[in-house]
Amino acid sequence: MSDVLDRPETAADLKVVGTRPVRPDGADKVTGRATFGADFAMPGMLVGKIKRSPHAHARIVSIDTRKARAIPGVKAVVTAADFPDLASEVMEGGESASNMRDIALNCMARDKALYDGHAVAAVAATSSAAADAALAAIEVVYERLPHVIEVEAAMQADAPLLHAHLFTAGLDTPPAKASNIAARNRLARGDVDAGFMEADAIVEGRYVTAAVHQGYIEPHATVAAWGADGQCQVWSSSQGQFMVRTYCAKVLGLDSSAIRVTPAEIGGGFGGKTTVYLEPLALALSRQAGAPVKMVMTRDEVFRATGPTSGAVIEVKLGAKADGTLTAANIVLKYQAGAFPGSPVVPGTMTALACYDVANFEVTGYDVVTNSPKVAAYRAPGAPISAFGVESAMDELAIKLGMDPIALREKNAVRDGVKAAYGPTFRDIGYVETLEAIRDHPHYAAPLGPNQGRGVAVGFWFNVGGESTAAVHVNEDGTAVVVTGNPDVGGSRAAMAMMAAEVLGLTVDKVRPIVADTAAIGFSMLTGGSRTTFATGMAVTQAAQKIVADLKRRAASVWEVPIDGVEWLDGSAVCLAPGKTRGAAMTLAELAATSAKTGGPISASVSLNAQGAGPGFAAHICDVEVDPETGHVTILRYTAAQDVGRAIHPAYVEGQIHGGVAQGIGWALNEEYVFDADGRMENAGFLDYRVPVASDLPMIEAIMIEVANPRHPFGAKGVGEVPIVPPLAAVANAVRRAIGVRMTELPLSPPKIRAALDGR
Amino acid sequence: MSRNHVSATVNGDPVEFLSHPGATLLDALRDDLGLTGSKEGCGSGDCGACSVILDGRLVCSCLVLAAEAQGRRIETIEGMADGATLHPLQQKFLEHAALQCGFCTPGLLVAAKALLEVNPDPSESETRYWLAGNLCRCTGYDKVIRAVMDAAADMRQARVPA
Repeated sequence: MSDVLDRPETAADLKVVGTRPVRPDGADKVTGRATFGADFAMPGMLVGKIKRSPHAHARIVSIDTRKARAIPGVKAVVTAADFPDLASEVMEGGESASNMRDIALNCMARDKALYDGHAVAAVAATSSAAADAALAAIEVVYERLPHVIEVEAAMQADAPLLHAHLFTAGLDTPPAKASNIAARNRLARGDVDAGFMEADAIVEGRYVTAAVHQGYIEPHATVAAWGADGQCQVWSSSQGQFMVRTYCAKVLGLDSSAIRVTPAEIGGGFGGKTTVYLEPLALALSRQAGAPVKMVMTRDEVFRATGPTSGAVIEVKLGAKADGTLTAANIVLKYQAGAFPGSPVVPGTMTALACYDVANFEVTGYDVVTNSPKVAAYRAPGAPISAFGVESAMDELAIKLGMDPIALREKNAVRDGVKAAYGPTFRDIGYVETLEAIRDHPHYAAPLGPNQGRGVAVGFWFNVGGESTAAVHVNEDGTAVVVTGNPDVGGSRAAMAMMAAEVLGLTVDKVRPIVADTAAIGFSMLTGGSRTTFATGMAVTQAAQKIVADLKRRAASVWEVPIDGVEWLDGSAVCLAPGKTRGAAMTLAELAATSAKTGGPISASVSLNAQGAGPGFAAHICDVEVDPETGHVTILRYTAAQDVGRAIHPAYVEGQIHGGVAQGIGWALNEEYVFDADGRMENAGFLDYRVPVASDLPMIEAIMIEVANPRHPFGAKGVGEVPIVPPLAAVANAVRRAIGVRMTELPLSPPKIRAALDGR
Repeated sequence: MSRNHVSATVNGDPVEFLSHPGATLLDALRDDLGLTGSKEGCGSGDCGACSVILDGRLVCSCLVLAAEAQGRRIETIEGMADGATLHPLQQKFLEHAALQCGFCTPGLLVAAKALLEVNPDPSESETRYWLAGNLCRCTGYDKVIRAVMDAAADMRQARVPA
């Protein structure tokens, strides 16, 4: 769109953007009325449940469902035989590309079960008890196979093979043998060997992260109804109703027009709800049963069969001159993909050195399939993992050079005009500002006590734009409705309403934002990649600008003056043209009330593919205290500076920073998938998989650095993902300074710290 | 399977329902009484999303059998506001942006109300330990703790009982 109108040029001109109104969906969420996935019900609804493989790797010899079908109340039983056997087809999703065949096989195993918890059959029955009985009555004959979960073990030539036809992509010469290494990718620049020759100091390290789960508190849930005419309806909690529609259509071989998906409120996603698990099964069961089917995962199922992100090994070698100038970097990343290819190693590779201006580097990534749940996106997918290695190594380098860790990072910081390690040239970035903010913050100079340490780390995330649709409708009384297709995970409705209100000149309470179903709004990519406020916000803003243009046209026609003689000021058309109407004004309410005489309903829709998302940078300081007796690490203080572009709703921007930091601290200190010798997850519950609780954390100080993104009407940049990137290393670096030992394996659990203290 | 007839008081109103022997109070609230504000995040008492007050005591309703509710008094999130007037905790959660996805929010609010009933002037540390049984994955607890302490301060000022 070219008609960018009345654009506020500076923050001072803004009346709504940058304020902190109560969110429009808030009252429903504090009173228990908001309808999340499991809260929806339909008349005649059946209970759907899944039978899952108890084996980490097994050939499915046979599945006999006859006894299950004979149980009174059992209305449907489905296995892979009830789904089309799809060809390999890669589709662009919201956060990453996905192979539809893999998604289908992950929803329902066909020939092999590839992880403990892999679905092998599903049932629908009139009661939960009948469904449980049916699951128990399904007879599955397995031929157990050797399994492999650790990433480096899976890379060995003699490792058990998950997929007989998987050949490593991205090698210089095509491989002759199948392998668990799905792909190798590489980024390189300059002459790495020469760079290390120039170095006065070199650090090398091998770092390990555990697989961790997104840990949203709401388990996956859906209700699906297959109509007698083949028209399907789905209600589900996901990060994208259009994603659910597309994936269900592909997995079931349907037209997208046959599926209408209504988004429920979503109880957290963090990337983990960017794919389907239940919806295609619920639809298949509904088709067979002739009734709606509701499926809700247990927490055990969420851990065993959804998420997580990769466990990984990160090898880092850095070289620098005595003044701190980086001369070379060599990084190798090995990421678990889980049962199907598609770990976030590519973004891990691309982000690894994104904060640094280094002339010579090589970053190599390996995407490795393992007998564990297929990984799903998790907040800045892949970036926290590579950053853990690189930022730990940078801390080692600072120690070796006797340099302040912030000064070392400032010395090598990317700035506007620098060509990023992953390709493009940075523009309008606020990275150095985040470093300055933590350097000059009182936190950085505060005294530390015994057994305490202070760590610093930085992080980067691309942020994305992409396809979005928004509609703005002006009501007959001059209030407005904003319609988008992006589930509101953390307050985005408020941001949408605020941007529309700003353009229209309304107060935010006069704008009602809704998240519509797939039949009520044009296509929008899912909520992910920190794209919604940027891309969908751009569509909302442009739709509101179209409304303003239309209102000016209408006022001009009433006043019989040229359109350019009308200005839109504070929610009114004002006549600036010479003549007897000069100085006249018509409010939005007056224009709305007379719309029938000026062209009919006032409404506008914009569909766009937003380009120019501004990247996010963050710099964090963490203070810890290590208990020398127990090895327990307490987070004492945490300060996070981030370039947020312009904060549309600052309270929810701070909230994103707080939440990302808390998840990063959990990743650093507590969280990990633990498997037994048979490859079964041993800690599939919140008691044993320990996410941070309120008493684990201090207040988290969020510093918003506002370096506006000129490619967004209000300067917004994505803010949700980068805050999880620095904490893993910030915590580990603080522990290093507290105990004098470099901890290289996450999580930094008390037994590991104790062992390190004993080894001092 | 025979079902138990249960009579209880929920948010001040008499209720009756039939419960399966294995059904939890959370199942009864959500499935039989249509009170879906209490959430199931884990079903094992680890996340607190199903927090309710049972005869004045904060419990995870997923760990209480439905049949145990016989003759008891239960307060849920649906009973927290006074008609259209939000409880000060609810109002402060909105003002402080103390929720993001909102799924854990009902449980946090019920737990916070139980805290202020026994301790109208909690320190930050007391608030954090009291709410340690309520998992929130979105907020990092920062704004939640601020909202609870701010609500407590307002309620002390206005002498509003929790």
